[in-house]
Amino acid sequence: MIELVDIHKSFGSAEVLRGINLSISVGEVVCIIGPSGSGKSTLLRCINFLEQPTSGTILIEGERAYYDHVGPVLKARPEKDIARVRRKLGMVFQDFALFPHLSAIGNVIEGQIYGLGIPRVEALQRASMMLERVGLTGHGDHYPAELSGGQKQRVAIARSLALSPKAMLFDEPTSALDPELVGEVLDVMKSLSGDGMTMVIVTHEMAFAREVADRVVFVDLGKIVEEGPPESVFDNPQNERTQTFLARIMRRS
Amino acid sequence: MELLNLDVVREYGGALLQGLAITVVLTLIVIIIALVLAIPVALIRMSPIFLLRTIGSIYVEVIRGTPLLLQLAYIYYVMPGFGLNLDPLSAAVLGLSLNYTAYMSEVYRGGILAVPKHQWEAAATVGMTKAVAFYRIILPQALRIVTPTLGNYFISLFKDTALASVVTVQELTFTGQIISARSYQYFTIYTVTGILYLSVGYPAALFVRWLEKRADNSYRRKKPG
Repeated sequence: MIELVDIHKSFGSAEVLRGINLSISVGEVVCIIGPSGSGKSTLLRCINFLEQPTSGTILIEGERAYYDHVGPVLKARPEKDIARVRRKLGMVFQDFALFPHLSAIGNVIEGQIYGLGIPRVEALQRASMMLERVGLTGHGDHYPAELSGGQKQRVAIARSLALSPKAMLFDEPTSALDPELVGEVLDVMKSLSGDGMTMVIVTHEMAFAREVADRVVFVDLGKIVEEGPPESVFDNPQNERTQTFLARIMRRS
Repeated sequence: MELLNLDVVREYGGALLQGLAITVVLTLIVIIIALVLAIPVALIRMSPIFLLRTIGSIYVEVIRGTPLLLQLAYIYYVMPGFGLNLDPLSAAVLGLSLNYTAYMSEVYRGGILAVPKHQWEAAATVGMTKAVAFYRIILPQALRIVTPTLGNYFISLFKDTALASVVTVQELTFTGQIISARSYQYFTIYTVTGILYLSVGYPAALFVRWLEKRADNSYRRKKPG
């Protein structure tokens, strides 16, 4: 479904990703963990081209996506081509990034109408289904500023789901939430994985990763240091840096 | 100090009201042109294309670096030498529009840049192209940010139209000048002129304040009551 081949990314002289190879199959739930500044968010943002890699190849559903190699240079394709691939991938941001000037239902129909060209009536029907799915029936006419963090994040998930994505990307979806609101968002994500959605999740929620992930990927200093099923990565980490990181995390919780 | 000479007011009031009408019409024409044109100019100033960006910057800096009075005089008295012959009112509309478009484009630019980058990204992830994202997501938010500032420009334009007198447009200030010089009734004429400005300017200021309230950034439903 998603394949990253030797992805490098530099911001100026700082190399944030140094050769990432990652292949995610349909229906798989992959949790990316690692210390802050390790490059895990950048890695996620490369998947839907919010960041352009410095080198390497991205395949979405087996197709080379977003750009072509012209010698050593990556040349971005026309905007429409990028948009066509990008809409296969839903994205949920740490800070929700809801459209503040639109109501909850407005947020969910906006992309359907102005991104996919779905007629308004149909978009509205789908939007209320999606709000129901994330447990927000009756909140359609609320504006983001009137919702709790957990509700906002669930609207953001509904907004993405309304476009029938092939996979969902989550960038620390619960990091900006008050602790008591984390559960409601994780519950929605669990139910998504139960429905067979392909998901790539950058997260600090280790208990959640253990429960839901098919595979845990530990990233440090721009490289995948260790990956495997949650039991093996969490209970029997092979790499020293994974051990250090997990020890620090576990002590905290 | 003498009191207002009512005979003078009666004799010249009509002419002053006519001047006021021209002032108001000039203000409205220019504000509409500038409100619209300043958006593309702001976008040109932020264009990824170097040449466009440079042209935009030169335009804005030339306008900001020279007096409006000189710009108006230049259009009316110098441009005919290059084949651009404009009647006074057109010259005033052109000069004021060029000037206010430049300033207001900077306001829009600030407003657009003030919308968080994540809004562009979120729009991209729901399938929008940049143009659609700008129109549907960024601009509505930017407009609320810039409304108070643009409102102030509106009020200041109303008063700046007095400079159109330099290109012989018979707006309110110029009319007052002519009449008072002819009648020697400086106190009466200029006082009435001031009152006329205030009679429009103050309600306009109240209108702007109302607009600001309406465009507040809280983004909540309007609660009844």
